[in-house]
Amino acid sequence: MTTDVGNGAAPGGSPDRTGPGQTEPGRTGTVRKLDRVVIRFAGDSGDGMQLTGDRFTSEAAAFGNDLATQPNFPAEIRAPQGTLPGVSSFQLHFADYDILTPGDRPDVLVAMNPAALKANIDDLPKGGILIVNTDEFTKRNLVKVGYAADPLEDNSLTETYQVHKVAMATLTIGALEDTGLGKKDAERAKNMFALGLLSWMYHRPTEGTERFLREKFAKKPDIAEANVLAFRAGWNYGETTESFAVTYEVAPAKLNQGTYRQITGNTALAYGLVAAGQQSGLPVVLGTYPITPASDILHELSKHKNFGITTLQAEDEIAGIGAALGASYGGALGVTSTSGPGVALKSETIGLAVMTELPLIVIDVQRGGPSTGLPTKTEQADLLQAMFGRNGESPVAIVAPQSPADCFDAAMEAARIALVYRTPVLLLSDGAIANGSEPWLIPELSELPDLGVEFATEPNSPDGETFWPYLRDPETLARPWAVPGTAGLQHRIGGLEKADGTGNISYDPANHDYMVRLRQRKIDGIEVPDVEVDDPSGEARVLVVGWGSSYGPIGAAARRVRKLGLPVAHAHLRHLNPFPKNLGDVLARYDRVVVPEMNLGQLALLLRAKYLVDAISYTKVQGLPFKAEELQDVLADVIKGVSE
Amino acid sequence: MTATELGLPTVGGLVGVPTADEPQKAKDYKSDQEVRWCPGCGDYVVLNAVQSFLPTLGLKRENIVFVSGIGCSSRFPYYMNTYGMHSIHGRAPAIATGLAVARPDLSVWVVTGDGDALSIGGNHLIHTLRRNVNLKILLFNNRIYGLTKGQYSPTSEEGKVTKSTPLGSLDHPFNPVSLALGAEATFVGRAVDSDRAGLTEVLRQAAEHRGSALVEIYQNCPIFNDGAFDVLKDADEAARRIINVVDGQPITFGNGEYSVVREGFGLAVAKSADVSPADVVVHDASDLNLSFALSRLSTQDLQHTVTGVFRNVARTTYDDAARAQVEQAKAAKPADLRALLHGKDTWTVAG
Repeated sequence: MTTDVGNGAAPGGSPDRTGPGQTEPGRTGTVRKLDRVVIRFAGDSGDGMQLTGDRFTSEAAAFGNDLATQPNFPAEIRAPQGTLPGVSSFQLHFADYDILTPGDRPDVLVAMNPAALKANIDDLPKGGILIVNTDEFTKRNLVKVGYAADPLEDNSLTETYQVHKVAMATLTIGALEDTGLGKKDAERAKNMFALGLLSWMYHRPTEGTERFLREKFAKKPDIAEANVLAFRAGWNYGETTESFAVTYEVAPAKLNQGTYRQITGNTALAYGLVAAGQQSGLPVVLGTYPITPASDILHELSKHKNFGITTLQAEDEIAGIGAALGASYGGALGVTSTSGPGVALKSETIGLAVMTELPLIVIDVQRGGPSTGLPTKTEQADLLQAMFGRNGESPVAIVAPQSPADCFDAAMEAARIALVYRTPVLLLSDGAIANGSEPWLIPELSELPDLGVEFATEPNSPDGETFWPYLRDPETLARPWAVPGTAGLQHRIGGLEKADGTGNISYDPANHDYMVRLRQRKIDGIEVPDVEVDDPSGEARVLVVGWGSSYGPIGAAARRVRKLGLPVAHAHLRHLNPFPKNLGDVLARYDRVVVPEMNLGQLALLLRAKYLVDAISYTKVQGLPFKAEELQDVLADVIKGVSE
Repeated sequence: MTATELGLPTVGGLVGVPTADEPQKAKDYKSDQEVRWCPGCGDYVVLNAVQSFLPTLGLKRENIVFVSGIGCSSRFPYYMNTYGMHSIHGRAPAIATGLAVARPDLSVWVVTGDGDALSIGGNHLIHTLRRNVNLKILLFNNRIYGLTKGQYSPTSEEGKVTKSTPLGSLDHPFNPVSLALGAEATFVGRAVDSDRAGLTEVLRQAAEHRGSALVEIYQNCPIFNDGAFDVLKDADEAARRIINVVDGQPITFGNGEYSVVREGFGLAVAKSADVSPADVVVHDASDLNLSFALSRLSTQDLQHTVTGVFRNVARTTYDDAARAQVEQAKAAKPADLRALLHGKDTWTVAG
């Protein structure tokens, strides 16, 4: 397995795997072999950039590359056309080895209009490939984004980048002349022209895209054909114009054996919930309310009712979690999905679930905060809300996925904890992994954990006569789950403090003290796997600890510093509450502990408080994932400091 | 988007709930918990009425669930020997909705008050009613916040002097029956705590109704709003004020002395002697406009207080429809997890 990341400095990809130019039968020009490429498609939010990126991703997946993607789009559905706030982009990293992130910077930038150019050009490294749709570079559009002069007319871009000016709209309209389609409709297919051109440049298979377009527009065959024609026109443009002297190949990746598919975080999360329902034998009830960036979980689950899944779009966030908790009380696996603002509204019901000790999964796809914040951008700033954001001592279990595909396992793990320990579990995903995608090694069904539960059926009081709803399993400290309809176990639960054992209302001071500690002890005692440390050389004196979606950038940065001869250990936390039992020992083994987070140091605060470790907190809250190169610098500095 | 006809049969409110093997008595429904309402509280009367009424349904006790919010009335589940959840302020309809959707074999009752249902939980109430979830909602209306010791509520009359309104309340009150009808509730009734026979009859019809049933119960708070409904408890006053409506019957009251007649777009009260019998309105619980007009005869001054069942119509319930969608999906497509996880586009890496 390769443990390297390319530097991405040379045009069209990283230099270290660049092979000698050669020609290929049936193709003209030089073909250069690369180990990895990062492409960013950028345009107006009406230009179909997400679809374009998604199709290129599918082509890369079908070809067998490893890949990672990162969409970036505005909160407005259609911001004013051609403006900076309206720019939508899709970044795709594909490689012939296992990669961890969607890439720091693009090697290739496709800019469909001046706004897209202006918003993205600073990310393109010197010498990078820039492909622009010249048709949109009108005086009006240039003025709209503050260009005094057309940047394509002077030398400023050509001096720095390999610029390809392509009149994509004109060429697309020309290609569709015979279809009888109006100019406006024809022009709309220009994103497929761009996709065709890029597909040619990178030797991508095309059958999948043509099939996809025919299926997507099955009800409008003329539109389907127009898109296929535009796609082919883009391809042929590359082939015939000779303005692209070099094309590039990225060989399939040598991934672990198995069957793969491409998957986004929200889809993987939804599938994990479907699987949890199947593996537990329980119906799943999702009570939820639409919110960015979590709504796709609702959309996905609502398609799979044949698995015994009920989706309930409630009147508000509170009703969503209320319905989920009511369903759990009735013996279903109750789930609610939201983002940070929704968790704030659900807090009181989470507290009720803590008190009634019922299974409940609360999914928080985190986004930039506080308040409405940055709805479509990513952040990890809800950790302390998940941990402490309720009245009273109200402990819950917290798990976090580390990548899009990992959302599947995280959802299964959240279900396991919720069902075994009869507790709410907060699952902290975030915008980056929710919308990002990567290949997923699909598990065999036989590998999935058994989540079967036993409901209470008999009286359990010491005298064997009655049912005590708060008598606990001595190992897990979970209380029995006695669902309505079970004869002889009628009982009442609620938000008032319970007497230990009987569950009757109790205002007894000593009982309250005992129950508060007992609820805490139950969560503290949840069995979670030890955290694993990745330290290939075994010589690291610096440990970097992360959680959630920063796994990719931290992992890539660790590879980079190791390549520079600087050993570093990486531990990534799936479980934020309780922490793995070995975490304290792991932290104590290293001279320095670095904690990068997309917040102002929330995990670092917890680690400092619990383990008295003098963790170095590195934080950034720009609504975007860390770049591997910035973390590389951070880690290298710390490591050098330790070795001096 | 097109509407889908679910083709569900209209069935009674309790169909699917298992029946008891033996006859039950009121005491079977009393839990071992000490009842802790204030002496003289109207809640006792309602509790007794419900405990006496439930055995007549002949359901298995374990298949009955009471869900409540917060407030004096919301202690109700603790005193019932059924399943129960005393939840959080205003949210009982939401929690009960999830339970009802998940479990067709349960008879689910929500117990709430004027503050719980109409103030903090107003949103859940109207949405539950419009969805027509198969829940029976008992709204204990005492026109005051009791548990927090005497602040005005969303049903307190304008100008009401309370602890929080020493200069008088500025709020215009809700008429809960009008509100429920506005939300297109399929069943709306009203009863007075002291009228056990009337309350039991409304409860009976509510239980039989498949869908959301809102039952407003005027209930006296002897501590913070004592005597709020006294004019309805004096026999002579009650005869002049209480208009008990029965589906299909002419609406008269005061031993026939008064009748309800049409006036413009609404209704009015007239002396029976002054109107032709043909002009006396016959109650039709399926007529939304008539039900709404009846609800407007009642104001906070209780000059005329309509009781009984205002509206009772059949409409597909949300929970039946939700379950039907799941069943249809199951029938249409097997639950093949492997196929789902694989999707349409996979590729295989050989070892």
